[in-house]
Amino acid sequence: MTQRGIDPPTTASPQPRLLRALTLLTALGFAGTLVLGLFVAGTDIQQGQVQRIFYIHMPSFFGAFTAFGATVLGGLLYLWRGNADWDRIAQAGVEVGLAFALINLLTGAIWARPIWNTWWTWDPRLTSAAVMCLTYAAYLMLRAGIENRQRRRSLMSVYGIFAFVSVLLTLFIIRIVPDTIHPVIIGASPQNAQGTFEATSGVVLALLPSLILWLTLMPITLMWHRYRLALRQEAVDALKLELLGG
Amino acid sequence: MNRRGLIEVQGLSKHFGWRPVLRGLDFLVQRGEFVLLLGANGSGKSTLLRLLCGLSRASSGVIRIGGWSLPEEAQAVRAQIGLLAHRPLLYENLTARENLDFFAALYNMPPAERMRRRDDLLGQVGLAGRADGLVRGFSRGMQQRLSLARALLHRPDLLLLDEPYTGLDSAGCALLDELLAAASKSGCTIIMSTHQLERKPAHANRALILGGGALVYAGQVTGDLADRYRQATASA
Amino acid sequence: MKTPFISAVRAIVSKDLRAEWRSRELVSAMSLFALLSVLVFSFALELDKSAREEAISGVLWVSLIFASLLGFNRSLSLEHDQGSLDALLLAPVSRAAIFVGKLLGNCLFTLLVALVLLPLMTALYGVYLLDSWALLTTVVGIFGFSAIGTLLATLVVQTRSREALLPIALLPVCLPFLLTAVRATKGIIGGAPQSEWQVWLQLLAAITVIYLVLCLLLYRFVLEE
Repeated sequence: MTQRGIDPPTTASPQPRLLRALTLLTALGFAGTLVLGLFVAGTDIQQGQVQRIFYIHMPSFFGAFTAFGATVLGGLLYLWRGNADWDRIAQAGVEVGLAFALINLLTGAIWARPIWNTWWTWDPRLTSAAVMCLTYAAYLMLRAGIENRQRRRSLMSVYGIFAFVSVLLTLFIIRIVPDTIHPVIIGASPQNAQGTFEATSGVVLALLPSLILWLTLMPITLMWHRYRLALRQEAVDALKLELLGG
Repeated sequence: MNRRGLIEVQGLSKHFGWRPVLRGLDFLVQRGEFVLLLGANGSGKSTLLRLLCGLSRASSGVIRIGGWSLPEEAQAVRAQIGLLAHRPLLYENLTARENLDFFAALYNMPPAERMRRRDDLLGQVGLAGRADGLVRGFSRGMQQRLSLARALLHRPDLLLLDEPYTGLDSAGCALLDELLAAASKSGCTIIMSTHQLERKPAHANRALILGGGALVYAGQVTGDLADRYRQATASA
Repeated sequence: MKTPFISAVRAIVSKDLRAEWRSRELVSAMSLFALLSVLVFSFALELDKSAREEAISGVLWVSLIFASLLGFNRSLSLEHDQGSLDALLLAPVSRAAIFVGKLLGNCLFTLLVALVLLPLMTALYGVYLLDSWALLTTVVGIFGFSAIGTLLATLVVQTRSREALLPIALLPVCLPFLLTAVRATKGIIGGAPQSEWQVWLQLLAAITVIYLVLCLLLYRFVLEE
């Protein structure tokens, strides 16, 4: 008895208590890390106030990493087990991750304006981060182009796995193409990095909670909401089909 | 192969999205039977045939061929199945002969037999004179004849035909009936879908009628088959 | 009752080569496109002598990848439209053999394009591209992105508006090939010491192996329902 491909239209169930708690915790955590980053952490001597954007800039990339990682995991598990829930999680990962990646690019551009004196430069790391966004935008386009629901799930699981290459590339490109001006906070910065600042204890105090929040709570909560939205969307589609006598 | 029949289908359902195309089919086909699969357009005939040759995956239910469950264990029975599908499944830029040679190689036929079998079949389907013509220059009917040769090439034990009369002229139809009769006589199990009751091969001995994705009749080919079919398609 | 892997691959490759020999539609369109793209680049980038050294390997690889996009799309569309992909799936051959067969065909077609492009660019720009290391880089790079290209083309032919989608799907994913192959070729034709560009060639080979393994593992899901 194979279960692959059956989609029981799920009627909207009330929000689980755990999700409500997570949502609240995420909101509080976000407010908390903002306070830490904006008021508690000291002002950087060289860069001034603009350095504070870093407390969102870097954590948002790692949030995207978690979400895109969930897409890989969801894809693998879908291909292995054939349960549609894994694909819904994979899709949620792409959308949440793409939002985070865009936040990452945008905050980076705002920071670069005063520090590098330009919004954007064709630096290897910036380029690969942009390519990463485009890869996942391509995922969404491809997904919209496949009509058969079962085919869509397996094909997109495969693409979601390959798309992760762009995430790894962004992460490791400064190791293989060292001519970047992008600063590295963890470990030694390349010689020509511009805008490096020191990870003093004050910086770490504000960064660490933010990093943990964006790595775990933020993507998980948002993806859970997106997953529930997918269930509702599918229930609506099924209802439409029924009413139209398909 | 066993007492339970060559093809066993239990609780077979197939959905496209949530649209059910096949709903809970149960039937058996014995070795050597010639089964007519009847139904109106969109009743699920092609979907059922694709499931039976392992090209498609059921939403739920079991398909067994010779005891092997599909599509997971399809590898074990692929060599014994021949399919004449809706589309010709041929290569336009190859000649008729090259097409058959390619499929003979894919089915790992012994080289000596390959050529004899290919030439025999080209003669039987009336394409001996056009063996070196490119398929892209063939008419629909000639492509259908070549497809038939391709489906029969590896001497399948189970032959699945989806609306085989499509595109054939009256000589072609007679030829098809003749080839199917010969295949049936040599022990080949045949399942053939059609929506035209007027054109049914004399050798067919069982009928399955699909209506709205469900099996509405399974039994002998009898005189009142036409009435049953009309009822089934009217109510669906 | 399974056709041996090698004979299945051989049958598929020779079928593709024979059909291509008949129609010549793939390689001729790909080569023409690659040549045009090289010319367009030299106009757009105003490739003078000094700019050439820097840019030529980028132009070469981007042209090759663009041309291969054209070819892969067509090669898999042909299988899909005639339903012959179903015929391949029906045959008692392993799914990996189908992938490897299509991959080798696509790879050979792209290599033919490179065979046209390399001597021509050598003559046109006065840069020696026929060095044995440069050729090795070309072969490895083409094999690598043919693997992922074949997989994604098989995926994309099953979507609506597929011609538009293959570049979108493939270009970001084959960026690692572009990055490493361009740097290796640049080092080789620029006459840099081997120690400088060797690492790029090694990286290219490593990425090719990783992609090939992934493709072999995942192809089944792209092909079968």
